[in-house]
Amino acid sequence: MKNNNVIEVENLTKKFGDFTAVNSISFEVKKGEIFGFLGANGAGKTTAMKMLIGISKPTSGKAQVAGFDVFTHPEDIKKNIGYMSQKFALYDDLTVKENITFFGGIYGLSRAKIKEKRNELVEELGLEDIVNELVGSLPLGWKQKISFSIALLHSPTIVFLDEPTGGVDPITRRQFWEMIYKSANSGTTIFVTTHYMDEAEYCDRVSIMVDGKIEALDTPKKLKEQYKADNMNEVFLKLARG
Amino acid sequence: MSISVQHISKSFKKVTAVNDVSFEVKEGELFGLNGPDGAGKTTIFRMLTTLLFADKGTATVAGFDVVDDYKEIRNNVGYMPGKFSLYQDLTVEENLDFFATIFGTTIEENYELIKDIYVQIEPFKKRRAGALSGGMKQKLALSCALIHKPKVLFLDEPTTGVDPVSRKEFWEMLKRLQQKGITILVSTPYMDEAELCDRIALIQHGKILQIDTPQEIIKHYPKKIYDVRADNMYRLIESLKSFEHHYSVYPFGEFVHYTDKRDDFNPQELQQYLAANDHQNIKIEITKTTIEDTFMELAK
Repeated sequence: MKNNNVIEVENLTKKFGDFTAVNSISFEVKKGEIFGFLGANGAGKTTAMKMLIGISKPTSGKAQVAGFDVFTHPEDIKKNIGYMSQKFALYDDLTVKENITFFGGIYGLSRAKIKEKRNELVEELGLEDIVNELVGSLPLGWKQKISFSIALLHSPTIVFLDEPTGGVDPITRRQFWEMIYKSANSGTTIFVTTHYMDEAEYCDRVSIMVDGKIEALDTPKKLKEQYKADNMNEVFLKLARG
Repeated sequence: MSISVQHISKSFKKVTAVNDVSFEVKEGELFGLNGPDGAGKTTIFRMLTTLLFADKGTATVAGFDVVDDYKEIRNNVGYMPGKFSLYQDLTVEENLDFFATIFGTTIEENYELIKDIYVQIEPFKKRRAGALSGGMKQKLALSCALIHKPKVLFLDEPTTGVDPVSRKEFWEMLKRLQQKGITILVSTPYMDEAELCDRIALIQHGKILQIDTPQEIIKHYPKKIYDVRADNMYRLIESLKSFEHHYSVYPFGEFVHYTDKRDDFNPQELQQYLAANDHQNIKIEITKTTIEDTFMELAK
C-alpha cells in the first residue's frame, strides 16, 4: 500500500441479488487518522464495514485493510483490527477482569501479556474498585470506556467503532473522545460509523454515503464550506435529501 | 396544568432512579426531559403513564391522579416507549387497527390526526411491522400512540438510533401535533434536540438540574466560552488542561471549548502560551453557548 495508508478501497461493490447495497466506493485512510463513515439508515454503511473487517466477501472491487487483501486474507485482517460496537460490546455477566481476560484470549495474547495489559488498563482507567464487579452493573459510560480499551488490547493497526457513544452523558462522551484522540495520536487509526453528526465533527475526515455511494469525502471544515452549512448536520441533510 | 409532578421518588433496590423530582407541563406545551442514559427519564415516564408506582410523591396527568384515576389516564394519554413495542408479526394496518379497537375507536374516526404521518407508511400497510426500517417503525409507533386522540403524548427517546433526516422529520411532526393542541412530553439524550422544545428539564442521576426555556438556560451560563483550535487536537487538549488559569476544557467537534477562571481573561495570552508550546495554526474565538455546555457545567 502507498505511504502511510492503512485502508485502501477501490470500486468496492456488494450486491444482494438485484440490490446493490454498496456501489463502487473508493477511498483511502491514513495511519493515525480519525475517519468518520456516515450515512442514513440503509445507505450501506454496515455492509461496507462488514467487508472491511473481513466478515463479508465483496462482489467486486479491491480493498486492503492493515496491509491485507479482503478477498484473500480476511483472517489476517481480523487479527490486526479492533472492533467495538454499542450493540455488542462486553459480556454483562462476566466481571471487568474476566472480560479483559476473555478478549485477550480471543485475540491470542499470552497469559503473561494479558496480565500485563490488564494491569495497565486498570491503572489507566482507574478501575481498581470495580475490576471484580459484573459489567452489567456498571454505568453505560464505564462500559464504553472499557470496551474501547479492550478493542485496543492486542495493539491493532485500526480500530472500528460502530456507533460507539449514543446515550452517554456529555462529560463521559468527551472523556471517550479524549481516549480516541490519544490513541490516534499514538498511531492507531480510528474508523467510526455514526449517524450523530456532532460526533462527525470530531473526525479528521468524513465520508457520507447515500444510496450505496460515497457522495462526499473531506474534512468537516471543508465540507461545511462546500455546502455552505454551519454544522455537519446541515451538510448531511443537504446531501441525503438531495 | 396538563402534567403536574410533585416530589416523586423511586428506588430499585439500592439504586435511586428518581430522586425528589417536581415539574409542571402546561396545556399544549412541548416539554423535553433531557439527560443521558440512566438519568431516570424512563422511570418518570412509566410512573406518569401508570405503569409503575412512585415510592413517594404525587402526580397528575390531564387532571387525573396517576394512582387513583389510572384508568382515566390510560384513556387520555398516548405512550410511545423507547423500545419498539408493536406487534412485529402483525402488518402496519393490523397494528393500527388493533390499537384503535382497544381504545374503542376506529382508524377513520381519528384519521385526520395521524394523516400526515400515516400517509408516509401507507404504501407499506400490508408489510409486517417487524420488517419495517427504523424510521418507518417510528412513524407507525407514533400513529398507534395517537389513534385514540390522546390529550397528552409521552414519547420516550423517540429519536434514539434514528438518522438525521428522519430525526428532523420527526421533530417537524411533533410541532404539527402540538399545533393541534396535544401536550407533549418527550425525552431525549441529545442536547441539540432540547433547543426544539418550549421548555426543558435537564436531568441526571435522578435529579433535575434545571428547568427553563432553552434560551433562558443558555443565558444563565456564567462564563464566556472560546472555541480553540490547533493542528494536533490531542496535544491541544493536554496543553489547555495544563494552563494554570483554565476553568473547563471540553472537546467540541473540530474545536475545544475553553473557559478561563478569570473575568478579565485575554485570549492573546492563551495564544502566546499555545504558540510557546509548539502548536501550529492556533485560532481562538469567542463562541455561542449551547445547552450541552450548560449541562456539563451543572453536572460537574
